[in-house]
Amino acid sequence: MEIILDVTDLHIEFHDSDTPFVAVEDFDLMLGRGEIVGIVGESGSGKSMSALAIAGLLNRKSLTKSGRIMFDGNDLLTCDRKTLRSYQGDEISIIFQEPMTSLNPVKRIGWQVEEPLFIHHPEVSKEARKTMAIEALKSVGLENAEDVYYMYPHELSGGMRQRVMIAAAMIGDPKILIADEPTTALDVTVQAQIVELLKKLNKERHTSIIFISHDLSLVNQLCQRVIVMQKGNIVESGRTSDVFTRPRDPYTKKLIAAIPKIDLSRDGEQA
Amino acid sequence: MSKARTELKRNIKENPYLLAGLIITGLILLMTIVGIFWTPYEPTAMNSAEKLKGVSFRHLMGTDNMGRDIFSRVMYGSRITLLIAIGTVAIGAGVGTIIGALTGYFGGMLDEVMMRIIDALFAFPSILLALVIVSVFGTGWIQLLISLGIAFVPSFARIVRGEVLRCKNMDYVENARLQGVSDFRMIFVHIVPNIKGVLASSIMIGFNNAVLAEAGLSYLGVGSQPPYASLGKMLSDAQQYMFTMPTYVLFPGAIIVLMVLGFAFLGEGISRWK
Amino acid sequence: MSDRDVLKVADLNVYYKNRKRKLFSKKNKKIHALHDVNVSMEEGEVLAIAGESGSGKSTLARAIVGINKDYTGTIWQKYDRPQMVFQDPYSSLNPAKKIGWLLEEPLRVDKTRTWTKEEMRKRVLEILDEIELPVSYLDRYPAQLSGGQRQRVCIGIALMRSPKLLIADEPVSALDVTIQAQILELLENLHRKHGISIIFISHDLRVVYKISDHVMIMKDGRVVEYGETKELYRNPKAEYTKSLLKAAGIVK
Repeated sequence: MEIILDVTDLHIEFHDSDTPFVAVEDFDLMLGRGEIVGIVGESGSGKSMSALAIAGLLNRKSLTKSGRIMFDGNDLLTCDRKTLRSYQGDEISIIFQEPMTSLNPVKRIGWQVEEPLFIHHPEVSKEARKTMAIEALKSVGLENAEDVYYMYPHELSGGMRQRVMIAAAMIGDPKILIADEPTTALDVTVQAQIVELLKKLNKERHTSIIFISHDLSLVNQLCQRVIVMQKGNIVESGRTSDVFTRPRDPYTKKLIAAIPKIDLSRDGEQA
Repeated sequence: MSKARTELKRNIKENPYLLAGLIITGLILLMTIVGIFWTPYEPTAMNSAEKLKGVSFRHLMGTDNMGRDIFSRVMYGSRITLLIAIGTVAIGAGVGTIIGALTGYFGGMLDEVMMRIIDALFAFPSILLALVIVSVFGTGWIQLLISLGIAFVPSFARIVRGEVLRCKNMDYVENARLQGVSDFRMIFVHIVPNIKGVLASSIMIGFNNAVLAEAGLSYLGVGSQPPYASLGKMLSDAQQYMFTMPTYVLFPGAIIVLMVLGFAFLGEGISRWK
Repeated sequence: MSDRDVLKVADLNVYYKNRKRKLFSKKNKKIHALHDVNVSMEEGEVLAIAGESGSGKSTLARAIVGINKDYTGTIWQKYDRPQMVFQDPYSSLNPAKKIGWLLEEPLRVDKTRTWTKEEMRKRVLEILDEIELPVSYLDRYPAQLSGGQRQRVCIGIALMRSPKLLIADEPVSALDVTIQAQILELLENLHRKHGISIIFISHDLRVVYKISDHVMIMKDGRVVEYGETKELYRNPKAEYTKSLLKAAGIVK
């Protein structure tokens, strides 16, 4: 498998208070083309921090980063802003947890979906942009894409908004899609639909996905490989099926045990 | 207690506004408090031999047109100014908090009516409003204090109402209601402590406005009556000597500026309290 | 009505005022949030109300505890003053008060009797023991506690005056999974120990399965299905229930 992203020894430290706070330590990740990797952990585990660093979105002054994030022959941690910008939203896209706040409330859906194209491919004509945006909206399962194109975010439900976010993230045909808890704010039935959509996009376009979640059962459904994090460290990683059936680390075991087991057979204690 | 002290220390260290505010207001307070027990000269003692003298060792801030020591008069005047400022804010914040909390909490007709009245009061500049009230009560610094206090009620009521509206839909209020907490207790024991930060910084801004309003009104001649003078009254008396003896205007003016600056820094410092 | 019943809700309809009233329009349109809901619950039972957002499950809870009084139908309860634990432990504790003060408050406002200082202290320590928090926490502010610890305090406040009915509105949804498990265990222990009746509101069908005896599935303000939990999971009748179970990965 072709490796498209190689993160080694990523270290993130905050200097907001007197004692520096280590958010992520010795984080390694190799992402193959078309692969879906899950990062699982609870709040404060550093899972979102690592993802933000990969997306190049950690640029605060009171923070130090070290290690390497190799993508397309460049180290995203050290490359200049212009190179980084040329990747962001085009080659590497990110979708967030809260579809309510990640869309601009005063702009039409069409504008929001076209924005990455407008930034990275200004040569595309206005008409072509619109066609591509409607195409993108259709590909994320929004049936009436022509109508949605002219709507405002508040006219859409949470699930539809998250679909719009995915459409905007996918319009530049990125190599990597980072999904940071994309289904946490959604209802279960909608959650399942979004997971199916990510699966479909991954299959059709070979987009690699980094799926960040606290929900182990979702990760189990979607990801080939999983990384389990706790307090900034990777405690376990491997093939999802292995990690779930034969967890080695005590914390992973605890996480798995925390999911209520359901036994629907009339007799027998465990299933 | 020691915890509160370490918190204060940390905030002073990280927050230059707070430090500057504490130093400036501290110095002015010190001067004012000393002035209660001791002044270099009797503030009202005239000396025809020493009219309109400049800065000297005998008179640190010079003398006025009647030969009175300006430093002594400033010490006394800042006491009146501060008293008016504190009294004004106490009335404004006290009455304003009660009105704002009640209207915000209960809403409905009471809220509509009170807010329209307050809107109407807001339409007048508070100095004009105070002038109207002074014309009813008469002149003198107590009257001035009450008038300014009433004029300050609307802005505090507005602020408190907004904060109470924000708090009253929080889960903890519903939680307390489920335990059987009465409305009165809910407002003043459960909700109001949550708005003390906002209230504290608006009180500081209130001090500022009060100092300036007092200066303005005394300048117009409705405040303290001779022979005693607030800082604003001194400014007003001094203006005709502005060119013959600039120190007469300069020192009372400088103290007003310092007071305003000190309160402004304190307010900013409190609003950045962590 | 059997005398074992602790709660009986009949033909409950709840309306909400439409806040998005247009300027100058006199019509005060109301939103019909619950349609003819019936609930009956026996003493010592854990009843789960499950559904997605907008299903009316929280509205039902609010009507039962009396926060929302704008309803038609009847709500009969055997005991007064049911208590409630809210979803978000970050907004359900007054940030300006210490934990000790918050725990004492239900006793201070108790209209049925007055509590002396010693009695209050004793009761607070008892509850602190139940919610498994150390005594040193009494002097802390809510901001100094983690989400799970705050939720323990919320449960403690609800238990201070030994209620017979506790309504838990998504009490673990805002918490991390391992903390979720701890809080669920705490609720189960309290239920076993005191025989307190619990209405457990949740969107998480796995959690519901773990904790409840009966479950009521709601959608758009209506009860879709009701039954004994294990039986209902085994043989869901309604299509909606099936789709929920499928989405949660419980049935294939």
